[in-house]
Amino acid sequence: MAHVATLILLFPLVGFLFMMLNGRHMTEKQVGVVGTGVVSASFVVSAISFVLLLHQSSREVTVKLFDWLSVGTLHVPAALLVDPLSVTMCLFVTGISALIHLYSIGYMHGERDFRKFFIYLNLFVFSMLVLVLANNLVLTFVGWEGVGLCSYWLVSFYFDRDSAASAGKKAFIYNRVGDLGLLIAMFLLFSRTHTLTYLGVFSHAGTLTPIVATLTVLALLLAASGKSAQIPLFNWLPDAMEGPTPVSALIHAATMVTAGVYLLVRMSPVLAMSSSGRMTIAVIGGVTAFVAATIATSQKDIKKVLAFSTVSQIGYMVLAVGVGAYSAAIFLMISHAFFKALLFLGSGSVIHSLNGEQDMRLMGGLRKYLPLTFPTFLIGWLTISGIPPFAGFWSKGDVLTNVFEHNKALWVLGVLTAILTAYYMSRLFILTFRGTERFRELNDGRDPHESPWVMTAPLVVLAGLSVVGGVLDLPWIHHDSIAGFLEPTFGYVAAVHASTLAQYGLGAVDVAAAVIGLLAAFSIWRNVSSSPRFESTFLEHVWRWDDLYDASIGRPLTRVAQFSDDVVEPRIIDGAVTGVAVGVRRSGEGLRKVQSGFVRHYALATVLGVAVIVIYLVARVG
Amino acid sequence: MAHTHSSLWLAALILVPLVGALLAALTRKTEGRAYLVAVAAASVELALSLVVALLYNPHFSGAATFDFYSRHVLAAPFGLAYDVGVDGISLLMVVLTSLVLLLALLGSRDRRREPAFVAWLLLLTSFTMGSFVAHDLLEFFIFFELTLIPCYFIISQWGGRERSRAALKFFIYTFAGSAFLLIGILYLGFLHQHQAQGDLTFAYGTLSSTVMSHGTAVWLFVAFAIAFGVKAPIWPLHTWSPLTYAEAPTAGSIEMSALLAKLGTYGLLRFAVGLFPLALATMRPVIMTLAVVGILYGSLLACVTPDLKRLVAFSSLAQMGFITLGLMSGSKIATVGAVLLMFNHGVITVGFFLIIGFIEQRRGSILVRDFTGLQGPAPVMAALFTVVMLASIGLPGLSGFVSEYLILIGTFATHAWWAVVASIGVVAAALYLLWAYQRVFHGRAEGANATLPDATSRERWVLVPVVVLIVALGVFPKPVLDRISPSVQQLIEHVAPSGVSK
Repeated sequence: MAHVATLILLFPLVGFLFMMLNGRHMTEKQVGVVGTGVVSASFVVSAISFVLLLHQSSREVTVKLFDWLSVGTLHVPAALLVDPLSVTMCLFVTGISALIHLYSIGYMHGERDFRKFFIYLNLFVFSMLVLVLANNLVLTFVGWEGVGLCSYWLVSFYFDRDSAASAGKKAFIYNRVGDLGLLIAMFLLFSRTHTLTYLGVFSHAGTLTPIVATLTVLALLLAASGKSAQIPLFNWLPDAMEGPTPVSALIHAATMVTAGVYLLVRMSPVLAMSSSGRMTIAVIGGVTAFVAATIATSQKDIKKVLAFSTVSQIGYMVLAVGVGAYSAAIFLMISHAFFKALLFLGSGSVIHSLNGEQDMRLMGGLRKYLPLTFPTFLIGWLTISGIPPFAGFWSKGDVLTNVFEHNKALWVLGVLTAILTAYYMSRLFILTFRGTERFRELNDGRDPHESPWVMTAPLVVLAGLSVVGGVLDLPWIHHDSIAGFLEPTFGYVAAVHASTLAQYGLGAVDVAAAVIGLLAAFSIWRNVSSSPRFESTFLEHVWRWDDLYDASIGRPLTRVAQFSDDVVEPRIIDGAVTGVAVGVRRSGEGLRKVQSGFVRHYALATVLGVAVIVIYLVARVG
Repeated sequence: MAHTHSSLWLAALILVPLVGALLAALTRKTEGRAYLVAVAAASVELALSLVVALLYNPHFSGAATFDFYSRHVLAAPFGLAYDVGVDGISLLMVVLTSLVLLLALLGSRDRRREPAFVAWLLLLTSFTMGSFVAHDLLEFFIFFELTLIPCYFIISQWGGRERSRAALKFFIYTFAGSAFLLIGILYLGFLHQHQAQGDLTFAYGTLSSTVMSHGTAVWLFVAFAIAFGVKAPIWPLHTWSPLTYAEAPTAGSIEMSALLAKLGTYGLLRFAVGLFPLALATMRPVIMTLAVVGILYGSLLACVTPDLKRLVAFSSLAQMGFITLGLMSGSKIATVGAVLLMFNHGVITVGFFLIIGFIEQRRGSILVRDFTGLQGPAPVMAALFTVVMLASIGLPGLSGFVSEYLILIGTFATHAWWAVVASIGVVAAALYLLWAYQRVFHGRAEGANATLPDATSRERWVLVPVVVLIVALGVFPKPVLDRISPSVQQLIEHVAPSGVSK
C-alpha cells in the first residue's frame, strides 16, 4: 500500500527530471509519449490505490517518506495521507491530466518550446499530487506554491508577448496574497495545537477557541480565494487565459483552481468549529458565482467567457463548502473538471481551426466544419447549462439542494446564477457554431479544419464522462456513491433531510432555470447576422475590479515607493550620514588626495587607539 | 573537554588564506599565477571547513556545544588572548566563508588575475574566518575591524564610477559603528574584572556571567547593536549598502552582502543577545520593529530602484530583516531559522551577484531599463536566475523557504503581530523579483539584447554549487538543522530567564 501511493507521485517527478536532464535530443514524439505516459501510469496507480483502499479496514493510511523540517516542537515529515478524499482527488487529477497531455501533443505541435511545455506540465502534475496527498499543511503548501509556479510559467509561456508576461506575474502575485492566508492559518494552528499534520490538527480541533477557529477559517478562505479565483482575488484568472489553451483547461479549469476548495474540504473539522467562518465562506462563494456569471455574459473572447464561467462554478463549490455540503462540493469539482475541460479543449480546437483567433465576433457557423468538436462541445454546453441527464444537472442540483436547506437567500442567488450560466453558455455556443460565418478573412478564405485525433480523442472521452458523470452521486443511491465514500473523511457533515418531494421540486426549479437561460439566449441572439451586439462595458471590464485595485492599492503604493526612493532614502535617512561624510571631507581636503593613505592611517590609529584606551583603563581600574 | 577536536583545524582555517594572500602578493602581475594560488588556497580552505563541519560534535561536554576549543593568553595585562572554538552557529558561517571565497574567485572575471585583488580577497577571508571562530570579545573585535581594510581597498581600487565615494561612505559608516562596539567591549571587560577582582579578560564564556544592572545591560546592548546593525544592515543604518554593493566589483559585492553582512547578524545573536539577556525585555520589541520596518521598506525600494545590484541590496535589507526578526524573537524555532537563513541568504546572494556580474560583463550596464527579453537569446542564464530568484522568494522546496518559514512560525508563537506584518514581505518579495524578471528577461529582445551570449560553460559550472545547495537545503535540511539546533537551544536557555522560550 505504502509503496503504491508513492508511485503516484514518483511517475510525474521522474518524467519531469528525465525530460529536463536529458531531453535535449528528444523528438517531439518522444517528449509527448514520455510526458503523457508517466501521467497515465500515475492514473493507473491511483486506480490501484483506490481499489486497495476500498478493501482496507482503516481508510486513513499515512506513508512517511522522510523527516523534512524538525526543530524543537515543530516536526514536519514528508509524508502522505492516503484516504478517500486524497485518492478521489488523485484519480480525477491524473485522469484529466493524462487526457490533456495527449491533447497537447497535437495542440503544441511545432512550438519552439515543445519540450519545455511538457516539462512544466509534468512538474505541475507532480505538484498537484503533492498538494492533495500531503499529510500535513506544510507539505500541502509545497504543492500549493508548486502549482502556482507552474501556472506562472505556463501563463507566461509566450514570454515575448508583454500581455502574457504580465498575466503570469499577476497570477503569481494574486496567489501569493492568498498564500499569506495559508501561512497565517498554519501559524495559528501550530501555535494552538503544536502540530501541522491533518490528523493531528483534527484531533485538537475541539480545543480551538471560537475566535481562533474563526480567524483560521478566514485565513483559509483567503488562501482559497487566491488559488481558486474567488472574490476578492478572482481577477487574475481571466488574464491567465494568455496561456496555451490546454493549460487553461488543465490548470485554470479542472485542477489547480479547485485546490482552494480541496483545502477547505480537507480542513472541514476546523471549519466545523466556526459557524460565522462557514457563513462567510458561503456568502463569498455565492456572490462570486453570481458576479462572475454576470461578467461572463459580456465577454468577447471565447476563453474569457469560459474563465469567468470557471470562477462562477468554483463559486458554487465554495458555496457548497460554506453550507457544509462537502461531498457535493467534490462532486461538482469532478463533474466540472469533466465538462469544463471539455469546453476549454473544444474551444482550443475551435481556436486551432481559426489559426489562433479567440474573438467570438469573428467566428460563427463552425458546426459544419468541425464534425467532432461540434457535437462534443454541444454536450459540454448542455452539461454546464444544467440540462438533465448530464452530469452538471446532478452535481449543481446536489449543491443547490443543500444550499436550499441552509439559506434561502443564497439559494435564490444560486438559481439566478444558474439562469445566467445557461444564458452565457448558449450565447457562446450560438456565436461560435451557429449563425453566419464571420471568419472568412482569418483563414485566407480557406475552410477551418478539424483537429488531429490526439486532440479530438480527449474531447470524445470527456464528452462521454460529461454524459454519464452524474452516476457518481445520483440522489437515490446517495450512500453507495461518492458521497458515502467520502463522508467519513469530514468531521462535520450537513444533515440534509430534504424529502423526496422537495428534491423533485428543487430539481424542477433547476431545469426551469436552465431552460429560461437557454430561451433568453436564443431569443436575443437569434437574429445575429454580421456584427453581433455586445454588452455593457461595465460587465465587460469585470465590474472595473482591476481599476479599483489599481486606484486603491497599486498607484498609492507606487507613489509611496517612489517617494521613499526620491526623498526618504537619500534625504532623510541618508541625510545625517552624508552630512557627516561631507564634514569629514571638507575638514580633511588634504586627506582626500591620499585617500588610501587615509585608511592606512586610520587602521594604524585603530590599533594605537585600542592600545591607549586599554592602557588607560588598566591603569585606572587596576 | 576531553573529546573536543584539535583547535589546529581552526588555526589552519585562519592561516591558509593568509599564506595564500602572501604568496599571491609575491607573484608578478603579468604571470597570472596569483589567481591560481588563490583558487588553490580557497579550495583547501573549503575542504578544511567541510572537514570541520563533518567532525563537529555538538555534544562533547554536557551543555556546552563549542568544539575545536582552545585558549591561549597572549598579553595578560591587556586581556589579549587567542581563543577559538566553533558551535553549530559559527560552524555554518565558517563553511559559508570558504564557499563564498571560492565562488567569488571562480565567478568574477573582472581583473581577477591581479595579485593585489586576490590577495585582498584572501586576507578578507582570513579575517572573516577569524571573527567567526573567535571566542573572545577583544579578539573578535580585532578581526571584525581588520575586515574593513581589504573591503575598503577592493571597493576603492576595483569598483565602479563612484567607487571612492562608496568606499569612503562604507568605511566611515562601519567605523563609526565599531567605535560603539569597542567602548562596549572594554566597558564590559573592566566591569567584569572589577567584579571578579582577577585578570582582565574578554573571554566570551567568562564575560557572559557578568552581573549588571538592567540599565547597563540596555546601554551595552545598544552599543553592540549599533555596530552590528550597520554591518547587517538593519534599518535605518543601511544607507551605505545600496551604494556600496552597486559600486563594488562583483567579488566585492559578493563578499560584503553574502558574507560580511552575516558578521552583523552573527554578532547580534552571539554577543548582543548572548551577553545581555537582561536588556532583551526592553530591546526585543525595538529591534524586532526595526526588522519588520526593514522588511517592508527594503521591499518597497526594491520595487522602484533602477538597477539590479541595488535591487539585490534592498532585497538583502529585507532578508536581513527576516534574520534579525528570528534572532530577536526568543523562539528556538525562529532562531534556528534565522541562522539557517544567514547561510541560505549567503548562497542566494552569491547566485544573484554572479549572474548580474555575467550580464554586466556582457553589456556594461546593470540598469533594468537597458534590458528586455533576455530569456530568448539566453535561456540558460534565465533559468539559473529563476532558480536563485525563486529561492529568494521563498518557494517551498527550495532553501529560502525552510529558513523563512521557521522564522515566521517561530516568531508567531512569541510575537504574533510582528510575524503577521513580516509575512507581507513574503508577498512583496514575489512582487519586486518577478517584476524585475519580467522587465529583464521577458518581452521581445531587440538590438544588443537579441544577441546577448548565453551563459558559458564556465559560468554554468560556477553556479552549479549554488543551485545544488538551494535545492538540497530546501528538500533535506535535516543535517544542517541538527547541527544548529543544540547550539541555539543552549543560547536560548542561557537567556531564557528574561525572555520567552518556545
